[in-house]
Amino acid sequence: MRHRSLLILTAVLTTGALTLTACGSRDDSKSSGGDGGNQTVVIGLDAPLTGDLSALGLGIKNSADLAVKTANKEKTVPGVTFKLEALDDQAQPSVGQQNAVKLIGTKEVLGVVGPLNSGVAQSMQKPLNDAKLTQVSPANTGTELTQGNNWKTGDKKRPFASYFRTATTDQIQGAFAAKYLFETAKIKDVYLIDDQKPYGAGLAASFKATFTELGGKIVGTDHVNPEDRDFNSVATKVKSSKAKAVYYGGEYPAGAPLSQQIKDSVKIPFMGGDGMYSADFISLNKKAEGDIATSVGKPVEELESAKKFIADYKTAGYKDAYEAYGGGTYDATWSIIEAVKIVAAENDGKIPAEDGRAKVLAAMDKVKFEGVTGPVSFDEFGDTTNTLMTAYQVTGGKWVSKVSGTVE
Amino acid sequence: MNELPQQLANGLILGAMYGLIAIGYTMVYGIIQLINFAHGEIFMIGGFGALTVYLGLPSGFSLIAAIPLMIVGGVIAAVAISMAAERFAYRPLRGGPRLAPLITAIGLSLALQQAVWMWYPNATKDRSFPQFEGEAFDILGATIQRGDVFVLIVAPLCMLALGFFVSKTRAGRGMQATSQDPDTAKLMGINTDRIIVMAFAIGAAFAAVAAVAYGLKNGQIGFRMGFIMGLKAFTAAVLGGIGNIYGAMLGGIVLGVAEALATGYMSEVPGMELFGGGAWKDVWAFALLIIVLLVRPQGLLGERVADRA
Repeated sequence: MRHRSLLILTAVLTTGALTLTACGSRDDSKSSGGDGGNQTVVIGLDAPLTGDLSALGLGIKNSADLAVKTANKEKTVPGVTFKLEALDDQAQPSVGQQNAVKLIGTKEVLGVVGPLNSGVAQSMQKPLNDAKLTQVSPANTGTELTQGNNWKTGDKKRPFASYFRTATTDQIQGAFAAKYLFETAKIKDVYLIDDQKPYGAGLAASFKATFTELGGKIVGTDHVNPEDRDFNSVATKVKSSKAKAVYYGGEYPAGAPLSQQIKDSVKIPFMGGDGMYSADFISLNKKAEGDIATSVGKPVEELESAKKFIADYKTAGYKDAYEAYGGGTYDATWSIIEAVKIVAAENDGKIPAEDGRAKVLAAMDKVKFEGVTGPVSFDEFGDTTNTLMTAYQVTGGKWVSKVSGTVE
Repeated sequence: MNELPQQLANGLILGAMYGLIAIGYTMVYGIIQLINFAHGEIFMIGGFGALTVYLGLPSGFSLIAAIPLMIVGGVIAAVAISMAAERFAYRPLRGGPRLAPLITAIGLSLALQQAVWMWYPNATKDRSFPQFEGEAFDILGATIQRGDVFVLIVAPLCMLALGFFVSKTRAGRGMQATSQDPDTAKLMGINTDRIIVMAFAIGAAFAAVAAVAYGLKNGQIGFRMGFIMGLKAFTAAVLGGIGNIYGAMLGGIVLGVAEALATGYMSEVPGMELFGGGAWKDVWAFALLIIVLLVRPQGLLGERVADRA
């Protein structure tokens, strides 16, 4: 009797384990499209497709998928069929690195889109660079990713030649946020909180630099654990600091309860960066009204150049919204497609099997096109030349854009 | 402004929640010496059970009236999963090496997380949980949120009920006997298998109540919420003396208050500026655990330890 139930248990567990393993790869098969191409180029994608940040990650995946399908439909590169291979990094650097290695191992992969998190990007840069595999992130804003660890002292040095991004840097984002809070919202006393991750801490640091330079005062600082959901002790400290606003370097899963618990004790606006600019921030935070977030670029809804993207995304019938990085992801994916097109043009319509990756990487500097978010091209660090930022405020339960602009 | 009453209240509320979860660890450990690492997930499933009930109610149903139903829903879900886990994952391994059920518990914890992630609608990200509308209460210089009142009322009631059950009822005394000496208890005619199932069920029910409190307090639940809360509750159980139900609650409160005070004041201690704040509170909570265990290895209220753990 006992043995039999053990047997059943083992069978159930094994089946369960197999189902779980299978679900990691269930999305791979359906993303190809079109035919007639005699050469297949795979574009890898790495983003958190599960977990807290999956809302943003799925938007990234769908937008890349849309770019790939559009390129196949319009035969952007004659003779080449693009295929997307989407991998889930669960927002964890170690998983991101495994995915990078996996993509390097697939010969047909000529470019990688992603990841979402700057921390994950750090772990992917080196292996991809060693393999001369082009990587374009639509969302990483960590300044050191393109300008080296010493960018703060003005010593800018590009650490990895294979890394590009369509998002601008936290240096610009933090400065833009500080200017918005100080000059537009006229708030002089701010409590600064970050989640100690590369993205959050970097953003908070650049905010602080510009805000104090403008003459604002940081009345207190704290760090939180992004896995936590109880922040009442921090809220109590914010209240007694008499701050007029809170700036948070971090993402919405912890940002939403943090904002709500701070407003439980004192009613001041809560501001963050693009990691907070998500519809989920509002659905998880019953006191989000009046909160502010900055995000890269301009809202795609307001851009003439994005009309087609929005319409196509709707027609394609994706289950999840394109979220904050949809437009940037489409452009990131398209920049790889453009690079492949340049290489094909230089080699009689064929992608050389030997050094295809190196050729695509070399072509990235020549990429220049009108994308969803505006003109797309990369500077000598691999950063986007488009440094437009927008501040949004929660008004009537929705993010409403307030000011767009740039610093410097 | 004097923060102390507020920080103590924050700690007390958090600690009461830890205590409710810790009951599950301590009862199961007290009887079969198993550290049930899947208990954090039982807590999480209780939260999803309660949310399911709430979503199934007609709109316009008042939250006060819904809460008893949500608790029932959460308790049913948590107890059912917990009893199934005991029957199919732990009982077949009873009598085997001590490590086997421990590893099973860790595996079960991952499997339950993934199961909720995969099969509960939209559970791949945090789901929002209903919360009370209206202003907070001011009591003795501390602001208490409406949602937090729930745990402050329910936790003592649960403890009283459990204390009565364990010391006064026949089944409760059977439980004490089994924990002291399972073999002799069996010879005396106690159905130890039933007692063990009961311990799992009571622990799961308390965890479900804690999950409702967690949802009301934070306004969201997610498939990973059981990991950190479970770890903290386990710490609370050890701190209070594992195997002792009152110790679990005391350990929870001590842990919660220690965390709140570390967040609030550690950065004001000279030379400690770098080690204060929300991110370091876990470090201080565990430092406290180590100190208590050095001085009192059996925990705050623990009695015996030599033949256990």
